[in-house]
Amino acid sequence: MSQQILEAVVKSQLKTDLPALNVGDTVDVHVRIIEGAKQRIQIFNGVIIKMQSQGISRSITVRRIVANEGVERTFKIHSPKVATIDIKRHGHTRRARLYYLRDRIGKKRRLRDRRRGLANLIVKTASAKKTKAATPPATDDNSENK
Amino acid sequence: MATGLIGRIIGMTRLYDKSGRNVPVTVIEAGPCFVSQVKAAQTDGYSAVQLAYEDVKPRNSTVPVIGHDAKAGLGAKRVHREFRVAESVAGELELGQQVTVATFEGIGFVDVTGTSKGKGYAGTMKRWGHKGQPASHGVERKHRSPGSICSHASNRGFSGRPKKGLHMSGHMGDARITTRSMEVWGLDVKKNLLILKGAVPGACKGLVYIREAKRLCKSKARLAKAS
Repeated sequence: MSQQILEAVVKSQLKTDLPALNVGDTVDVHVRIIEGAKQRIQIFNGVIIKMQSQGISRSITVRRIVANEGVERTFKIHSPKVATIDIKRHGHTRRARLYYLRDRIGKKRRLRDRRRGLANLIVKTASAKKTKAATPPATDDNSENK
Repeated sequence: MATGLIGRIIGMTRLYDKSGRNVPVTVIEAGPCFVSQVKAAQTDGYSAVQLAYEDVKPRNSTVPVIGHDAKAGLGAKRVHREFRVAESVAGELELGQQVTVATFEGIGFVDVTGTSKGKGYAGTMKRWGHKGQPASHGVERKHRSPGSICSHASNRGFSGRPKKGLHMSGHMGDARITTRSMEVWGLDVKKNLLILKGAVPGACKGLVYIREAKRLCKSKARLAKAS
């Protein structure tokens, strides 16, 4: 019961328009920066190497390379200081924490695009069905995706 | 004026303020309480109000307490607690009257009294913040010990006993603590919730007593003035 009450308290501050983020995604984080009375938006682009916590405390750590130096920033994704988050690419990962990227240099830093996997297949099938809804029924969904 | 409230700690979470800053908050389920007794200066020597909180099965209570609550027209309550109030306030209150968190509307700061979490038998480093002994330089097996507790016949008092009030190891926590002037972050009258900035003494589900802040420290007074 306590947990439900706490969740209800923070509910109004939770963002509903956030994209479904995953570890390995390359994202643009639009950060609000306040300089005196002015406010501008700065974009931090990089790979999500870890996601932590749940609910209003949910945070992502984004890693990028600036002038040959690795830079990691952690964002509370529900914070008002994070204006928007755009997903640029989905990277293929086999673990939840991509600390091994810290040791990688050059082209090895890149993650393979997430193409394979059941989740992707389902999305493709769904979209294929949608487009073919008007046209004659699809014969075999699986064969189309291969 | 707010008389006071009895409540239970729900837990802590975080909220963002207008400038986007992250604020740790404690959510307290405060009330609804009921007036079970009103004390007046004439009859009792001082004016106060006794509030009752939380229903209890009569078989888990005692007959004197049930009778006491019945006098105010209430069912059996688990917690009773007195809050000192001005005579003018006490005069307006009636027996059995409901006191909710709505009475705290417009109040910026409150004092919260609770029972701190028990830490068991704790050493001086944890209990009093002693530094302990060095890791090396000949120290063996005594790295967290308090060191000397008595010397030179207790500083030439010739008693030869450790001085009174010397910080030593012992039971820590599980004590009544009042955290003063906590900022009120918000209230939810419908759900009887009081949201305070910062931590309050005690564990989740722990009982707390809330009253309007008696006095404010300088920084809080400045905050109150600004808002």
